[in-house]
Amino acid sequence: MSLLSVENLTVHFRTRRGFSGKSAAVVYAVDGVSFSIEAGETLALVGESGSGKTTVAEAVLQLNTPTAGTICLDGVDLAKLSRRDRLAMKHRVQIVFQDPYSSLDPRMTVHDLVAEPLHAGKRMRPADVDSRVLSLLEMVGLGTQHLWRRPHEFSGGQCQRIAVARALAVDPDLVVLDEPTSALDVSVQARILVLLQELKQELGLAYLLIGHDLAVVESVADKVAVMYSGRLVEAGDAAEVFHRPRHPYTAALLASVPSPDPEVRSQLGVLQGDVPSSVNPPEGCRFHPRCAYRMPICETTMPEMRLVDGGTTRACHLPDDALPSAGAGDGGSDWIESSQLFIDEGVEASADSAAAAAAVLDGRPIDPLGLLNEKDRR
Amino acid sequence: MSTASPAASRFLLDDWRVRHQSSLEESRHSVRIFFRDRLAAVGLIYIALMIAVAIFAPVVAPYPGQGRGATDLRARFDSPGAQHVFGTDNLGRDVLSRVVYGTRIALVMPAIVALGVVLIGVPLGGIAGYYGGWLDEVVMRVTDIFLAFPGLILAMALVAFLGPGLRNIAIALVVTWWPWYARLVRGMAISLRERPFVKAARTMGVRDSRIVLRHILPNSLGPVIVQMTLDVGAVILEVAALSFIGLGAAPPTPDWGLMISEGRLYVFEAWWMVVFPGLAIFALVLAFNFVGDGLRDVLDPRSRR
Amino acid sequence: MSDLLEITDVSLEFRSLRGVVKALDGVTLSVREGEILGLVGESGCGKTVTGLAVLGLLPKPQARVTRGQIAFRGDDLLAKTDEEMLHVRGKVISMVFQDPLASLNPVFTIGEQIGCVVATHQRASKKEARQATRRALAAVGLPATDSLLGSYPHQLSGGMRQRACMAMAISCGASLLIADEPTTALDVTIQAQILRLLFDLRDELGMAQILITHNVGVAAQTTDRVAVMYAGTVVEQGPTQDVMKRPHHPYTVALYECLPHGKKAGELITIPGSVPDLIDPPAGCRFHPRCTKALEICSSSKPLPTQIAPDHWVACHLAVQQLDSCGSAVSL
Repeated sequence: MSLLSVENLTVHFRTRRGFSGKSAAVVYAVDGVSFSIEAGETLALVGESGSGKTTVAEAVLQLNTPTAGTICLDGVDLAKLSRRDRLAMKHRVQIVFQDPYSSLDPRMTVHDLVAEPLHAGKRMRPADVDSRVLSLLEMVGLGTQHLWRRPHEFSGGQCQRIAVARALAVDPDLVVLDEPTSALDVSVQARILVLLQELKQELGLAYLLIGHDLAVVESVADKVAVMYSGRLVEAGDAAEVFHRPRHPYTAALLASVPSPDPEVRSQLGVLQGDVPSSVNPPEGCRFHPRCAYRMPICETTMPEMRLVDGGTTRACHLPDDALPSAGAGDGGSDWIESSQLFIDEGVEASADSAAAAAAVLDGRPIDPLGLLNEKDRR
Repeated sequence: MSTASPAASRFLLDDWRVRHQSSLEESRHSVRIFFRDRLAAVGLIYIALMIAVAIFAPVVAPYPGQGRGATDLRARFDSPGAQHVFGTDNLGRDVLSRVVYGTRIALVMPAIVALGVVLIGVPLGGIAGYYGGWLDEVVMRVTDIFLAFPGLILAMALVAFLGPGLRNIAIALVVTWWPWYARLVRGMAISLRERPFVKAARTMGVRDSRIVLRHILPNSLGPVIVQMTLDVGAVILEVAALSFIGLGAAPPTPDWGLMISEGRLYVFEAWWMVVFPGLAIFALVLAFNFVGDGLRDVLDPRSRR
Repeated sequence: MSDLLEITDVSLEFRSLRGVVKALDGVTLSVREGEILGLVGESGCGKTVTGLAVLGLLPKPQARVTRGQIAFRGDDLLAKTDEEMLHVRGKVISMVFQDPLASLNPVFTIGEQIGCVVATHQRASKKEARQATRRALAAVGLPATDSLLGSYPHQLSGGMRQRACMAMAISCGASLLIADEPTTALDVTIQAQILRLLFDLRDELGMAQILITHNVGVAAQTTDRVAVMYAGTVVEQGPTQDVMKRPHHPYTVALYECLPHGKKAGELITIPGSVPDLIDPPAGCRFHPRCTKALEICSSSKPLPTQIAPDHWVACHLAVQQLDSCGSAVSL
């Protein structure tokens, strides 16, 4: 039985308008997302803005109410629990936020910050609380000299450690890491990643890593799930997904990541247009307006997640054998070249400036033109 | 990293100074920033002086009896001189002594009003902002109603209803003033509840009531304190105004507003009856305004670097 | 290729409540015509300060250039008055910042904001300004339509806003664009689009650029030459290929070892210690307290930039030593 099992999670927000509270629009933040995390495993939820990954994390943390779908911890459906039991479950899932400073109450001392989750549970003697706080701080590489200081006296990296110590205070089984290092410098990021890995092994933690930095994700994650506009497009083992992406979006995403090796030419600008609006998502496959391989069926029918070889699942109408077998992590040039075959098949994007602009202002993205820009060749 | 033994850690944790070293350092830093503003420093010193004057009024006032109300009809309308530094009023009372005794009222009234406003407005605003929903709607509509009235008029109406006197003025002012603070704190609460550290607290299972008490309210206090300091001046003026029109203190109370009211009939013959209480009001309000500005600098994070 | 911008031995200080922050110490850089120079480093290294100093955008009484020269086509920028700098900013050298939403005025339309820049620098009529605006928009890949000209910043996506800011920057024919972390606030795929745009500006408009970034990948892919900064000093600079494939400064090497690209978390080698406080920076080489290869001399004598290969400069005693002993540079 998986530690965390999410089935068909759907979260729609209604935007309230006016005195009577009648809803004006629905934000389709998350639509039918399913995944599972085993104990001691790291699953990375990858996506850009508007993908819904943060909403999924908040749902798992019980910070919002799902519109549909189930979230099960050790097989227990959270929605079916009484309020009391649900509160008791809260300690099993904890979170570390992206911005180290705003996730810590600036008026509290480190001791009080780390001790706070302990006070939320059953009563502990002050001496026990103190010693637990000290041992937690030691676990993250801080000490007694830091106990009575306030967050603003620390660097970003140290604040993140405090946040990690706090998250571990109640002995969680799963820690949600919401882009834990994106606000940190590279060298500090490395320290935090090493720390997280050590803690994972020592304490047998499972991690749900929300991220958009694919390099970080690749080095830390066991499994990856890629989200786009509220839906999952591809999921599987990290190594598989990163080296053999099977969804055009995943491939484009990987190709867009600039490699620190100047001799490897990253395919910059592979994906045109912008993320679709969550209020008015495109019909059919949500990625189709930006996809260079779209077929008529993509515009009408939402693709389902299907298992392909190698153990990954993906949601795409492209036939399995159409995808190349070359790796895409370092530029994907082979992938791009072999996909030339698809260019003639119904890829007609509007080149009319006016229509494009109109599309932009309606919230729809500019239709992609030139996914294979001549200037890609250096 | 040393593994502190239980006994050693208990000793460390019991040491008050170590526990609060961060707060102490911050306070020292805040004081330094505050005193960078010369006017704020002057204002603070003046207020401290006034507090001392109020406490030691019987000692400071040259004619303490007259300060409380005793008259001396032989010395009516004496102009300011050696005997009476601020002159005497229509009943021969030493204006200086009355101003000195009036300091007590001028300081105590705003203090009581401030206390009342904060006790009512801040929690209401915090709860309305954090919980949202119908609670927020109700509190906001109530504040809307109160804020639709011109403050002084509403206060006047309330005092007229309750009857004149300083106690009723205090009640009336608390009633007219709390909505501003409720609004202020509500705004802060709304922005604070979306902050990661509040979300973190909810994730940890901390009860909502505790979140409001420990996270929302303490982080909202900054603007409240600044606003309060600046409003003190307004309270002093409103008390004076209400007393001026006869709805406040009754004679022979040495309330500054009342003194101006009593003196306005004689303003051409005995200008000192109006001018000195007026200056006292002016100086104290100005001092509070300077202090408020100084506090704003202290609390504005940008000026702390 | 001639030098467009030359920053020579610039040292800069900030007066703050706690003391004097020695933000830059002997920074020497140059940008050539039509090239993209990358300024790479972590927070506090002084890369943004350098960019702002070129345009005289640092707060006047607090920030002071204590030494050095900044020359644009031979013209000393530091000696210019505020009035004279007004003619430089936007017209000769322009700048684009990290957060496009904060860089655009929310109450004016895109057309109005770009048009304002054009009108200010070129004394153009309304019609001419509009045409120039459309040209600028087209150059950055935005549709030059009336609806876009009439839209407000909040109606556009992050990527489009950044393009609009770049349109403003190029609208008056500036020769040098300083881009301060232009893609940090954007999604990866949008970032890729904007980086491609920087190439286009270089190739089609011949615009030289200084790209300030903390992202090593961005610098590796987008720049022709790169300068690595640490704690207010330039530790290494040269052609991107050289510096990044054959780094000579221990900090550059350490930076690469920290990167998670292609490594498992357990394999990351971290840099001990933390960034120094610039009010009291370390004596000698500012990196020496954290350097695993520090020599005795590093703690007392500041290393000067030494050429170890054509166009490749390193400020490191160890690199110089190895150069002397081997006769040619040895990459660490």
